[in-house]
Amino acid sequence: MKFAVIVFPGSNCDLDMYHAVKDELGEEAEYVWHDSKDLSGYDGILLPGGFSYGDYLRCGAIAQFSGVMEEVKKAAEAGKPVLGVCNGFQILTEAGLLPGMLLRNKNLKFMCRTVGLKVENANTLFTNEYAEGQEIQVPIAHGEGNYYCDDETYENLKKNNQIVFSYADDFNGSRNQIAGIINERGNVLGMMPHPERAVSDLIGGSDGLALFKSIVKQWREANVSHA
Amino acid sequence: MSVMLEPNAEQIKQQKIYQQMGLSDAEFTMVEDILGRTPNYTETGLFSVMWSEHCSYKNSKPVLSKFPTKGERVLQGPGEGAGIVDIGDEQAVVFKMESHNHPSAIEPYQGAATGVGGIIRDVFSMGARPIALLNSLRFGELTTPRVKYLFEEVVAGIAGYGNCIGIPTVGGEVQFDASYDGNPLVNAMCVGLIDHKDIQKGIAKGTGNPVMYVGAKTGRDGIHGATFASEELTDASDEKRPAVQVGDPFMEKLLLEACLELVKSDALIGIQDMGAAGLTSSSAEMASKAGSGIEMDLDHVPQRERGMTAYEMMLSESQERMLIVVKKGREPEIVELFEKYGLDAVTVGTVTDDSTLRLKHKGEIVAEVPVDALAEDAPVYHKPSAVPAYFKEYQTMPNEEPKVDNHGKALLNLLQQPTIASKEWVYDQYDHQVRTSTVVSPGSDAAVIRVRGTNKGLAMTTDCNSRYIYLDPEMGGKIAVAEAARNVVVSGAKPLAITDCLNFGNPEKPEIFWQLEKAAEGMSEACTVLESPVIGGNVSLYNETNGTAVYPTPTIGLVGLVEDLAHVTTQDAKNAGDVVYLVGESFTEFGGSELQKLVEGRIFGKAPFIDLAVEAKRQQEILAAIQQGLVASAHDVAEGGVAVALAEKTFGNGLGMEVTLEGKATTALFSESQSRFVLTVSPEHTEQFEQIVTDAKRIGTVTEDKLIIKGEDGGTWINDSVETLRSAWKGAIPCLLKSEA
Repeated sequence: MKFAVIVFPGSNCDLDMYHAVKDELGEEAEYVWHDSKDLSGYDGILLPGGFSYGDYLRCGAIAQFSGVMEEVKKAAEAGKPVLGVCNGFQILTEAGLLPGMLLRNKNLKFMCRTVGLKVENANTLFTNEYAEGQEIQVPIAHGEGNYYCDDETYENLKKNNQIVFSYADDFNGSRNQIAGIINERGNVLGMMPHPERAVSDLIGGSDGLALFKSIVKQWREANVSHA
Repeated sequence: MSVMLEPNAEQIKQQKIYQQMGLSDAEFTMVEDILGRTPNYTETGLFSVMWSEHCSYKNSKPVLSKFPTKGERVLQGPGEGAGIVDIGDEQAVVFKMESHNHPSAIEPYQGAATGVGGIIRDVFSMGARPIALLNSLRFGELTTPRVKYLFEEVVAGIAGYGNCIGIPTVGGEVQFDASYDGNPLVNAMCVGLIDHKDIQKGIAKGTGNPVMYVGAKTGRDGIHGATFASEELTDASDEKRPAVQVGDPFMEKLLLEACLELVKSDALIGIQDMGAAGLTSSSAEMASKAGSGIEMDLDHVPQRERGMTAYEMMLSESQERMLIVVKKGREPEIVELFEKYGLDAVTVGTVTDDSTLRLKHKGEIVAEVPVDALAEDAPVYHKPSAVPAYFKEYQTMPNEEPKVDNHGKALLNLLQQPTIASKEWVYDQYDHQVRTSTVVSPGSDAAVIRVRGTNKGLAMTTDCNSRYIYLDPEMGGKIAVAEAARNVVVSGAKPLAITDCLNFGNPEKPEIFWQLEKAAEGMSEACTVLESPVIGGNVSLYNETNGTAVYPTPTIGLVGLVEDLAHVTTQDAKNAGDVVYLVGESFTEFGGSELQKLVEGRIFGKAPFIDLAVEAKRQQEILAAIQQGLVASAHDVAEGGVAVALAEKTFGNGLGMEVTLEGKATTALFSESQSRFVLTVSPEHTEQFEQIVTDAKRIGTVTEDKLIIKGEDGGTWINDSVETLRSAWKGAIPCLLKSEA
């Protein structure tokens, strides 16, 4: 499986995404600069964390206008898996690929720590290697990870099983402790925690590995013929 | 638009305008002698910044020359952007620490942020990929709104810059003492990784080669920042706020990626950061190091503001800029490379062979100065030094125990002193994991970063107990280096080299100069004995507020090599049933200790004694035991003594300990005697461990819960739940910040 790691000016978790896929999963990955006009050669799209365009306006607000985002939308429409982590999640909400938005953490400070996450929906192409209700440990690192949406959106998310991860504790103020959501179709996941930082015990945990394995497994099942 | 009228040469001389820029009468006369005429306004500005202490080290040079700077592994010592040490496999580690004290005192967020930005540029200007940041901070006591504001904003500024640019902030230290009330210290360190073949230098070689300006545009911010850094702070210092630069980490991220792409190109000849003294220092130093000259046309300098004068452009300290020299004819590809990142790359001048810095502006020559005069020929002052009266008095004092009635309460109290208390409130705000190579996160003795693609790691720490140095600069200087080495050794690494930031008061006061001299002597001796040469650093003098100096604070940044990641060891006790060892004896030494400060409200007396030969032997033995896989956890004994060190070992995994200590309670528990360690070893390894670490004494075992410390007579000195101790330790700083002053 071949992943595109989208690099916006100011992305800084691109390297982590790349190595998670390449070194820990043994799959192919390439960095794709933000002005790329063609993502057709990739099977999965990864939007990494960081501070795209400095996040000087609002996180992800400028990146949504980046040339590559039209291609990301096309890939999403084509049903390819699209994963946005941290700034990548913020960009997906700004671009309208996922509902809601990310506000400043309730204590108004940046936070970096490992937190407990509950797998709310293990029946997605991103989470089929987890058990429903499983609690995993994944690092967070964000200043604006406080997920917000209106009541109607929240009810829809609940109804459609779009809430994929929730925090075990409320530390950033997110509505109903939402940590990650998926689109209705089920192929675009946005999450604030960093699964790519939890892929090896050497660097403090490997609970994020199953997420990438799920994507690859699903893709293999759909694309490799069982001759 | 108003046009600024600059004074002419005659007015500068008659009205002594050069004094406002920081030049003395004698220095101005030297400049006249060098030029054979009176300098104009721009030229006076060039000399004043280049001859400031910050750029020229004119007061500290005689002291700095004592440091050992060579070693088998040292590839680059002091003199370039950062020092470089070989780590094998054609790779090297690049690191440096620098101060940003004065800017942070008046504009804490931007002062701290640009301190981080500057040190990162120093590292990538060498061609290295920055892989980690550390810092060392000093503030007054956390009791006034002003100090709380400075502390919160400095931490936010460091976080804001480091998080955005995507380099993990993995370690550091924060201490609080009244001497830093008006003059906080903000020292930032950056560590980078480089392949030998990519090592760059800041040189302007090859007559006719173009000099190019890359990165952000030049504005009026930071003019005379280097001069401001070389003065004492006063109540009027807030007026110098315009001398503080404003940082843009996004811009620096682009510049970083562009420059690292650039160093792979054979078109590049030299590269240097425009840091302190901006365009002036980068151009003069690059030419001086290469024995060449530079001619620049300032009309081509990318400018953010209109109507800037030559003086303003040359002295601006706008951030995120680099000066490069490339091969003639290769300019288009350089322009294209930087365009990809949306950055300016403009030819502003050429390398010449006349050893002169010649500046043109609007068709006229506005400055013509020998480059060596700026970069090399600043006067060197051998300042008078005098032993302070306080030192003589302290040396006559006997070593006595502070009076403690309840040792359990004293431990709980010590754990809540901000200098000892958990710094989680600080490092939670720093992204310490980005780049996914952080093997040991903040909170242990040293941070460890893996070297991707190898099985090696780099351990790193910053350290300085300035109370000891105040009491006895030479002893304290030795201790600072030894403690830094200890932190790296207990983490499983062999110390490689150090960088330092010498933060002192006004060197024109003989007692202050004496502190500087003696501290440097102590540090030098420790560096020699512990085989950790000084590969770079900086000097920050004039750290005084309204005439009162900070404690002398020569911060040490030390990097060590973990030969195999399996050697990485942390301070947390690992398993109940493991044996607890204490290495080293506890003497009645409380001068400058945390307990003395707590009980007496001030520090006095002798600093703890250190025998460097003993220190070296213990460090070697402990590292050997760690490398053989015999040690489960290791921690040095520092502020608060053995009791605090043991408590800290229980916090990470929530295990307890039961130990018995020799001697009198207060000394056994809280003395700050040097060269001591506490380790835990699993029972099957104890025999081998004891053979290697000859000074190790079995003092007890790791238990499921509770910290119990007893005396030899069977009396129980400490008996507390780990949770009680831990929550006191963890909650202290957040509690102080929330409480009303």
